[in-house]
Amino acid sequence: MTPVKSKLGLSRPKIAEARKLAGEIVAPVQAFIDKHTTVTIERATLRLLGADGANSDGVPVPNLIAAQCGDKLAGGAASFYLNALVKLNKTPAELNKEIEKGLNISEIEFTENKRVQKKADEIIKGLDARIAGNVAHRNSKLKQYKEKVKSPLIYVIVATGNIYEDVKQAKAAALQGADIIAVIRTTAQSLLDYVPYGATTEGFGGTYATQENFRIMRAALDEVVDKEGRYIRLVNYCSGLCMPEIAAMGALERLDMMLNDSMYGILFRDINMYRTFTDQFFSRMINTAADIIINTGEDNYLTTSDAVEKAHTVLASQMINEGFAFNAGMPARLMGLGHAFEINPEVKNGFLYEYAQALMAREIFPEHPLKYMPPTKFMTGDIFKGLAMNTLFNFVSKATDQGIHLLGMLTEAIHTPYLQDRHLAIENALYVHNTMADFMGEVEFKKDGIMARRARQVVDETIEMLSDVKRRGLFTAIETGMFAEIKRPRDGGKGFDGVYEKAPGYYNPVENYLKKKLKVGK
Amino acid sequence: MFIKPYGDTSDDGAVQLSFTLPVKNCGRAKEAARLYVQKLGFKKVDVVHATPLSEEFTFFVAYGKTEVGIDYDKVEYAEAVDKYMSMDEVNEFIKVHFKRKLVIVGACSGTDAHTVGIDAIMNMKGYNHHFGLERYPMLETYNMGSQIPNEKLLSFANKVKADAVLVSQIVTQKDVHIKNLTELIELAEAEKVRGKLLLVVGGPRVNNKLAKELGYDAGFGTGTYAEHVATFVAKKLYERMTNRK
Repeated sequence: MTPVKSKLGLSRPKIAEARKLAGEIVAPVQAFIDKHTTVTIERATLRLLGADGANSDGVPVPNLIAAQCGDKLAGGAASFYLNALVKLNKTPAELNKEIEKGLNISEIEFTENKRVQKKADEIIKGLDARIAGNVAHRNSKLKQYKEKVKSPLIYVIVATGNIYEDVKQAKAAALQGADIIAVIRTTAQSLLDYVPYGATTEGFGGTYATQENFRIMRAALDEVVDKEGRYIRLVNYCSGLCMPEIAAMGALERLDMMLNDSMYGILFRDINMYRTFTDQFFSRMINTAADIIINTGEDNYLTTSDAVEKAHTVLASQMINEGFAFNAGMPARLMGLGHAFEINPEVKNGFLYEYAQALMAREIFPEHPLKYMPPTKFMTGDIFKGLAMNTLFNFVSKATDQGIHLLGMLTEAIHTPYLQDRHLAIENALYVHNTMADFMGEVEFKKDGIMARRARQVVDETIEMLSDVKRRGLFTAIETGMFAEIKRPRDGGKGFDGVYEKAPGYYNPVENYLKKKLKVGK
Repeated sequence: MFIKPYGDTSDDGAVQLSFTLPVKNCGRAKEAARLYVQKLGFKKVDVVHATPLSEEFTFFVAYGKTEVGIDYDKVEYAEAVDKYMSMDEVNEFIKVHFKRKLVIVGACSGTDAHTVGIDAIMNMKGYNHHFGLERYPMLETYNMGSQIPNEKLLSFANKVKADAVLVSQIVTQKDVHIKNLTELIELAEAEKVRGKLLLVVGGPRVNNKLAKELGYDAGFGTGTYAEHVATFVAKKLYERMTNRK
């Protein structure tokens, strides 16, 4: 995967400079993160300790506990749950039932710290075994079927709203050649401050992310895995107000990838920036522990702004995402940094720019499984033109060795994909990827040609932008609209009231476990 | 004038179809596809392609000829505006006739999180080399973004004394856009702003006819640029102003 030398003549010192700037940008934010927790981090912690289920009104047990704790969340919710397990001598499943019925665990008198710690150790040991088991299972299947691994991996989306319909479509797509299935979430789930419970059949433009839905889809795809002799990866959305909780559920149910961006929620969902930064850190530690590849959302910059003029904002954001992910202990091989093929098809030489930018990303991030997104903004309803655009996108993806290739749908901008739309997209990609299998190794580029100049220009503009962001600080940079031309005030947006400064003596055994396992923070 | 689809000769009625049936791919499935297209009323049906999507689904491409025609003269459709003005013309028009800036508020209302449509119309950059409304000197614009509750949209419009509200709807699964658009109209009705505040809807599955049926002043679909919306808003407000006099 690692290219021997830059075909675009990119300057190594400049790339190093950009990376250094990104590190300096995220450092003060990380200092904030380290001193804070959020209501969803506490709920994610509870979930990993065994809290699950929902009461008769559909309020999940982790939310019930968080409400009972109130401002005491600043000291960590875990001690209340562990204490209740010890004092009542119950299993998590038994305790969850009591909480569903109305038991308030914040009112239970505290037992000795030692006994709470012992309970924590016992549960964490089980948690570690479960996560390690999931990782081992995935790795064994990947190894067993390694000759069937495609590059790039073919990624498609299902979005029916009904998990049982999703299963039919996902299996069909996997049988035809898809390697990765993403179940799109129902519109607006990102703004719910809870994760719904159980299997769901009602959603708009997508299906609720619930732990049960994760389990149903995982089981369905596992059937295909052994039938096809190919590992099929499952993806969901670790974003929005419940980012760390989704990460927790994914780690438990063996999801393989998660959409997870450090700034997406702030910019595109108006979620408070302190909340998002704090949440992304915890969720990325969970994803790393579970060996889950994250996909970042830089493609969104290009649907909002012009893809030629704003190409450098993508690279700048990739650098920042990488910086945050490194801080969470994540290795480069788990960072599916995002970008997209979104240049207006009317732009002269637009294809050359796309090709240059994709190759530039590959050369700057050699070990990262880059996530490449298809044309959407200029898809019009002319399905035939759309198919042609997707073909060029497929070409660039293969020619630049992208890792994760989200297929374009010819009916983009018309409806959520029909069964047959996915089939046509997979056929197209398989054809292109096979017919030019070794193309990348065959070509070099003119030293000062259009492509080399384009890539160098984007790198220069990125350094300029990162320097500016560093000067202002990331919080102010976002407030002044430097990303995606969207301005978000630091104390605005959703979820701000769920951010807590950690109280002295803050206790979170899951966080301690993750930090130790991933060697995070000294 | 009666018209029919044109394939390779006048009035041959040739139509291309593609669809999926929930059966395993086999000769019987292909015959079922042919009969199904025949049942739709097509003659000389050819199923030219059949391929399995899974063990329980097969995808078909078929061609057929229809005898159904339509009297084009009887088709009624009114465009929102007959003739569009350019950005400069719109600004000049507002300057001359209103002598003040027009205030436009836009949003993706309801649960819709897709701002690509409203952004294409409103953002400074615009879309496909057509500048957005933010660039128009004689417009004062507010793009509220996505997932804005209808109540909030209307109260904000009231606060900034908006002349027009643009509401974008991209997600149309299970007709969720119709429900949301109806809710907005009912709210506007209840607050007695309908008929005063211009209500304009946009989206890929929206057209002027649908918008009018739902009670909006205009609707814009795929291929719309900022100047189309701006022309409509300026001309319609002018028309209302002169009618009042």
